[in-house]
Amino acid sequence: MKLNLKIWRQEDAKTKGEFKNYQLDEVHGDMSFLEMLDVLNNELIENGKEEPIEFDHDCREGICGMCSLQINGEAHGPDRGITTCQLHMRKFKDGDTIVIEPFRANAFPVVKDLAVDRSAFDRIQQAGGFISVNTSGNTQDANSIPIEKENADLAFNAATCIGCGACVAACKNASAMLFTSAKVSQYALLPQGEIEATDRVLNMVAQMDKEGFGNCTNTGACEVECPKGISLENIARLNREYLAASLKG
Amino acid sequence: MGGIKSSIARKVAMALSGLFLVLFLAQHFTINFTSVVSPDTFNEISQFMGTNFLVQAVLQPILIFGVIFHFVMGFILEARNRSARSIGYAKFDGNANSPWVSRNMLISGIVVLAFLGLHFYDFWVHEMQVKYLQGDMSGLNEAGEFRYYEETVAKFAGQPIRVAIYVFSFIFLMLHLLHGFASSFQTMGVNNKYSKGIRTFTKAFAIVIPMGFVFIAIFHYLNNL
Repeated sequence: MKLNLKIWRQEDAKTKGEFKNYQLDEVHGDMSFLEMLDVLNNELIENGKEEPIEFDHDCREGICGMCSLQINGEAHGPDRGITTCQLHMRKFKDGDTIVIEPFRANAFPVVKDLAVDRSAFDRIQQAGGFISVNTSGNTQDANSIPIEKENADLAFNAATCIGCGACVAACKNASAMLFTSAKVSQYALLPQGEIEATDRVLNMVAQMDKEGFGNCTNTGACEVECPKGISLENIARLNREYLAASLKG
Repeated sequence: MGGIKSSIARKVAMALSGLFLVLFLAQHFTINFTSVVSPDTFNEISQFMGTNFLVQAVLQPILIFGVIFHFVMGFILEARNRSARSIGYAKFDGNANSPWVSRNMLISGIVVLAFLGLHFYDFWVHEMQVKYLQGDMSGLNEAGEFRYYEETVAKFAGQPIRVAIYVFSFIFLMLHLLHGFASSFQTMGVNNKYSKGIRTFTKAFAIVIPMGFVFIAIFHYLNNL
C-alpha cells in the first residue's frame, strides 16, 4: 500500500521542530509500524539528502517499554493493549495519511525527532520504587511469606507496567499518575513493601510533582491507552496510600 | 490554598469541596421543589432559611467559601495541567479514549460559574438588600403575605430568555456532575466493590437534580402563561 507520512522532525531539545511529509509506496500489511519506519529510514539513508528519523525502540516484542510515538492522535496508535512495535500496518488503508509525533509532555523533552527523554520516570522510581533488603545473609526467603492470592495478582498486574509513558502521552494533562500508582501499588500490596510504605508514596509523589507532570482529572484515557492494561484502581490506591501517609506525617 | 502543595492534596481538596457543593445542591433542590407542590411550604422554609442565625451566619459563609474555593482551585489545577504540555499535539483524538465531559470540566465549570453570577444577582443580592440593607427580616410583602414564592415565580413568569439561560446552564451543570461527582470518589481513593453502585448513583444524581431544577423553571414559566 501507499502511505503519506507526516512526521515530526526536530534536531534536539533546544531546536524548534516541524512536520515533514514523506511518501512510502511499498508498505506491506504484515510490517510492524517500526519496520515501516525502518523502510523509510533506509530510503532516507540511500538518498543521502537528510538524516534518518530518530525513534526509540529496543526489544520490539512489547516488553521493554522503549518504543513510543503518538500515531494519528493516539499513544501507540489505534490498537489497544499493544505497544507501537506490535502495531501492524494492516491497521491502515492504502492512501492513508498518518501523523506521527513524539510523546508530548514538558517532563519528556524531545531528544531528537520522535525520541523523547523519559528519565523522569526513572527519577520517580528512584525516589521510592524499591524495597530495602538486608543482604547480610539472614534475609528471609520472600517465598516463605504468605500473600493472599488476590493481593498477589493485583501486585503482579501493577508490576507489569513497562514505563513506556503512554499514560502521560494520552492524558490531556500529561499526568504521570497511572505510572506512579502502578509503581506504588506493586509494593503497597505486598508485606515486603509495608515497611517503607509511608516514605515511598510521599517521596514518589513529591518527585512526580517536581518533574512537572500535570494532575490527574480521572478522564481514564491513560487506562485505555496503556499497553499493559494498568487499571485506574491503582490511582485510587495511590490516593489512599498518599492520604494515609500524609495523616501519619 | 497556597498551603496545599502536592498534586494529590489539591485534587482531594477539589473533591471535598465538590462533594460539599453536591450536598448543597441536593438541599437547594429539595427546597425549590416545594415551590411546585406547596407555595406555603416553600414560603415557610424560605423564611426559616433566610432568618435562621445558623444558616445565615455560619452555613452561608461556608457555602460561599466552598464555591469560591472550588472554582479557584479548579483554575489553579487547570493552569498546572496546561503548563505540563507547552507544545500540544497536531492531532489528538481525545474521544478515542475518554468522554468529552471528563476532558472539558473547565468549560462546563465556567458556564456554571457564569450562571452563578446571574443566579446571585437574581436572588441572593436582592435578599441581602432587603434583609441587611433595608433591615426587613419579616419576609412579608406590602400585602402582609410571604413574598418568597411570588418573587421566585416572577423571575420565570413571562421570562423565556431567563428560563432558556437556566435550562442551558443546568445542562452544563449536569455535564459537570456526570464526571465530577463520580470522579471525586476516585480521588478520595474509593475504588472497590461499591464503586459500580457509586457510579450508578452519581450518574442518576447528575441527571435528576439539574433536570429537576430545569423542570421547576419551566413549570413556573408555563404555569403563568
